[in-house]
Amino acid sequence: MRGMKKTLMAFTVVGLALTGCSGDSGGDDSQTLKIAYKKTDPVLESLMENTKEQFEAANEGVTVELSPIEGNDEDYATKLALSQRSPDTAPDVFVEDSFKLRADVDAGYVLALDEYLADWEDWDTFNETAKQAGVGDDEGGTYAVPLETDTRVIWYNQNVLGAAGIESPWQPETWDDLLEMARTVKDSNPDVVPFSMYAGTMQSFYELLYGTEDGALYDEDEQKWVTGSQGFVDSLEFLKTIYDEGLAVTPAQALDPNIWQEIVGEMLPQDKMGATVEGSYAPQFWQEGADYEWPEYSEVMATAPFPTQDGQDPGAVSMSGGWTLAVGAGSANPDLAVEFLKTAMNKDNSLAYTVEASKIAVRTDVAETSEYQEMNPFAGEVTEVLDVSNYRPATADFAEIDTAVLTATQEVVAGGKSPEEAAATYDETLKRIVGEDNVVEK
Amino acid sequence: MSGASVAGTAGAAGARGPRKQDSQTPGRPAPRVRLRRAARLLPLLPAVLLLLLFLGGPILWAFYGSFTDAGLTGASARNPDWIGLDNYRTLFTDPQFPRSLWLTFVFVLGSAVVGQNCLGLALALVMQRASRVVAAIVGTCVVAAWVLPEIVAAFIAYAFFFRDGMLNQLTALAGLPGVDWLYEYPMLALVLANIWRGTAFSMMNYQAALNDVPPEITESATIDGAGGLQRLRFITLPMIKRSIATNLMLITLLTLGTFTLIYVVTGGGPLNASTTLPIMAYEQAFQYGDIGYGTAIAVVMLFIGAVFSIAYIRMLRERKD
Repeated sequence: MRGMKKTLMAFTVVGLALTGCSGDSGGDDSQTLKIAYKKTDPVLESLMENTKEQFEAANEGVTVELSPIEGNDEDYATKLALSQRSPDTAPDVFVEDSFKLRADVDAGYVLALDEYLADWEDWDTFNETAKQAGVGDDEGGTYAVPLETDTRVIWYNQNVLGAAGIESPWQPETWDDLLEMARTVKDSNPDVVPFSMYAGTMQSFYELLYGTEDGALYDEDEQKWVTGSQGFVDSLEFLKTIYDEGLAVTPAQALDPNIWQEIVGEMLPQDKMGATVEGSYAPQFWQEGADYEWPEYSEVMATAPFPTQDGQDPGAVSMSGGWTLAVGAGSANPDLAVEFLKTAMNKDNSLAYTVEASKIAVRTDVAETSEYQEMNPFAGEVTEVLDVSNYRPATADFAEIDTAVLTATQEVVAGGKSPEEAAATYDETLKRIVGEDNVVEK
Repeated sequence: MSGASVAGTAGAAGARGPRKQDSQTPGRPAPRVRLRRAARLLPLLPAVLLLLLFLGGPILWAFYGSFTDAGLTGASARNPDWIGLDNYRTLFTDPQFPRSLWLTFVFVLGSAVVGQNCLGLALALVMQRASRVVAAIVGTCVVAAWVLPEIVAAFIAYAFFFRDGMLNQLTALAGLPGVDWLYEYPMLALVLANIWRGTAFSMMNYQAALNDVPPEITESATIDGAGGLQRLRFITLPMIKRSIATNLMLITLLTLGTFTLIYVVTGGGPLNASTTLPIMAYEQAFQYGDIGYGTAIAVVMLFIGAVFSIAYIRMLRERKD
């Protein structure tokens, strides 16, 4: 019995010591900055490593602790949100997907940056459209600094289109032009996939929807979600047409989440696909040293902005997303954290990152440099599209709504549903997610 | 003879022990006896406390969470509100719920109750008669799938079934047309994958149980003129009834919670055609950030598991009498 008591005592002492230790280190943390970002992106990783080096050199006694998070975009968002739930694990500075920002602001995870940015002269050089990605509340408060942005355009293979007698530059003005090209290519060579769009949202359905007359997911003026829109049905109809006529990949391929690798890695380089809708960052796949290196891509590939349904204003449409940098609301040292953010986004770092990642510049002074304009032959074209581009509504329940849209596209492409049926199902799901009071019938 | 029956007698003796003492001391037991009895329970205390803390705690929290709108992010992450039965009301009107329930049922019935259980028993029976070499080879093959970490087994299953995977390459060699298994028959592929992965457990359970069937009884049945099927039906199966019930309970509960295999092989798709309850709960809680709703699904799963356990435990009790 006495022996047991002693053991218990020992345990208690050890336990107390441990708690004491963790308490102490909590006190020292004031000069340590914890940075969270996605590990799977090597360009982002080198930006963070360089910034850490520069920042530690400039601020003596400050330790920057990089804590990269493993996983795809979804896993990253989940793991980041989990770490933000407790002040002990929340990062001081973190890379934030622009479309998750609003939700995280609502959750109280993100520091308002307006007063910190007011005296930062570099802030004026940021592109106004890109700045929208950092707005996190209805009053227009800024909570994040855009790291980069992107657009979506049609990438077409000039060999394939040329063989079908379509001259470059090919410039579609309506959806019918797209179908005409696809049918021409199919007639001339049935073995190639003429025009593929994913059974997806960001690279496919939203380009269609935002180019229709009443096309939008969310009515900004009424602050309500849109149901019963004709544009929604028309967009699904277009997808159904290209899949039913065999102009796109097979429905089974369309539902495979890894199909993009086959498209950028095999179909386009091997002249087996006419055109597809991809991000402005597509050259990143084909550049020297990239996963799908393709030296001739700049001569073979060309871009065209995605047209609106009937060519109505503004003539073209695109979707933008992108990563931002934000500061944790619970940071023990917000001033230092904002300084880190400013260092990461200064002209030199921003330029190096943007060029290496083939992203679209968010700083106008970066966009003007010759390095940026010459980073690949398409930099100018894809940057221009930013003027007609849209950001997704970044509310807390958007992830679920996005999935509902995705389901609608998949049901039309592979599930045998008519566009009207799929749109009706979407409307029902939408009402269930946001509530009857938050939708508006178009 | 067997470890189980020895333990059984020991347990029975132990159960009789205190009763004997009761009869020796009429009325209430002496304080010393009570003290001794309480002291006997003392070593159990740490285990019970740990169980309460690490098993009971999360279950209670899940119950509580399922009545709130707790979120991973968004306004409800900061101040979750008590919303009563709202999550359950939403769940029971969600068109995906009956679908997921059905898919879970198909998965458990197909891969565990029928697949693993019957195949495991059949293998155990056949291997009793097989030559030692054959039994060793078959045993190793079956157990290999069980030894693999779940994630590795899931990747193998994916590589086997996917469009350009091994199965289609094999059927192409035989001149058969390729079938996109994960797209056209996702549940069948998953059921087959889970049978492959889990049969070893049932097989080993039944091997142990069959070793306990005394050969004399089978032999005398043979002398009385019973054929193979009759021996199986009237001798072997009744004698291993309890092992069957235990095995069914374990594999049902194990299969009910299967997540990794399904998530890696099909991710719940295509078009939710393989979204079982665990996948649905994960999606809601972590992809859509609706922790409250996700926990409500988890609580429903907990109930289903509990109902199955109670059913099997009652089966075990009846068999005992």
